[in-house]
Amino acid sequence: MEKHEFHVTAETGIHARPATLLVQTASKYNSDITLEYKGKSVNLKSIMGVMSLGVGQGADVTITAEGADEVEAMTGIQETIEKEGIAK
Amino acid sequence: MTNSVSVKQLVDAMEDITVISGEEYLNRNIPVSDLSRPGLELTGYFSYYPQDRIQLLGKTEISFTDKMTSEERTIVMRKMCQDETPAFLIARGMIPPEELIKAAKEKEIPVLSSPRSTTRLASNITNFLEEKLAERLSVHGVLVDIYGMGVIITGDSGIGKSETALELIQRGHRLVADDRVELYMLDERRIVGEPPEILRNLIEIRGVGVVDVVNLFGVGAVRLTKSVDLVVNLELWDRNKEYDRLGSNLDSLRVFNVDVQKINIPVRTGRNLAIIIEMAAMNTRAKAMGYDATRTFERNLEKLIQKNSMENI
Repeated sequence: MEKHEFHVTAETGIHARPATLLVQTASKYNSDITLEYKGKSVNLKSIMGVMSLGVGQGADVTITAEGADEVEAMTGIQETIEKEGIAK
Repeated sequence: MTNSVSVKQLVDAMEDITVISGEEYLNRNIPVSDLSRPGLELTGYFSYYPQDRIQLLGKTEISFTDKMTSEERTIVMRKMCQDETPAFLIARGMIPPEELIKAAKEKEIPVLSSPRSTTRLASNITNFLEEKLAERLSVHGVLVDIYGMGVIITGDSGIGKSETALELIQRGHRLVADDRVELYMLDERRIVGEPPEILRNLIEIRGVGVVDVVNLFGVGAVRLTKSVDLVVNLELWDRNKEYDRLGSNLDSLRVFNVDVQKINIPVRTGRNLAIIIEMAAMNTRAKAMGYDATRTFERNLEKLIQKNSMENI
């Protein structure tokens, strides 16, 4: 299982556009990928789920990937997050 | 492609128009939708005479000719009867001067009559001719009326356009055209679609053949024409392609300078296309009425994020 913590830096938080990008990236992998915020965990491949959390700037979130391609998944997600300036 | 329309088509379409003379010349072509109401021509001024238009004579014109001498009438009427002139039309059921009928016969031009007023007649004929003479575009797809929204379903052959339309008909919606939809511009904002006459009410289902929808579902299941509000493009689901998840990427298809909203729906086993398209039509309608779920959701999300961000400080 791959687990990584992020600190959200994007001014708009995880709004529609960043959420879409995250979900698109996560959907490329077969692993189960979840996003955890304030004790609530959602499937990172579900756009409505991700957005329902309303993650704002300065929040700490945990992303977990579990499955055959969990390492590649985490690397891919990390790349998207950094490239798009969503979180650190 | 530009269409042509004959005087006969006009006479057949307008119940109130009758033929006074020249029944045998009804196959003459009407090249333009504009009408001409000769006025100054009656006084002998022919410098700008629009000879290729239908010549509409009303009360003023006919009463003016009554004041002319027979010789004057013969000269003027002969000048009005040109090779390209499609027909003469007399409004208010008035009797045209004999000289006009004679001159028209010489040039093989029909003379028509209607009991209606000139203005009403002019507007009816212009509408009819504009529709018939409008530039047409033929598209491969199915046009269905879904809750009053004209939806064209497009996509590659065999993707299931007709099958989806069939299910929509079964759900109470109306078929306008299957396989080939002819589009023309009604006005600056509206595109109208209709089937080629030979395909009217028919739908082709692979393995079954040609089906007459009126026969099987009744007249309530079809419509002759419908303005187009939405284009739904069906395409095979491509794993590597990103599809619109929120409904925020608005795409459109340009037809004769009119932008028609367009959405792409990926097709995959187990997706019920009919209800998805039905919902897309309803959602487009709701948006037009001011209810935009995507935008409302985005606004609410923004508020939630702001609230959560405050807690982080």
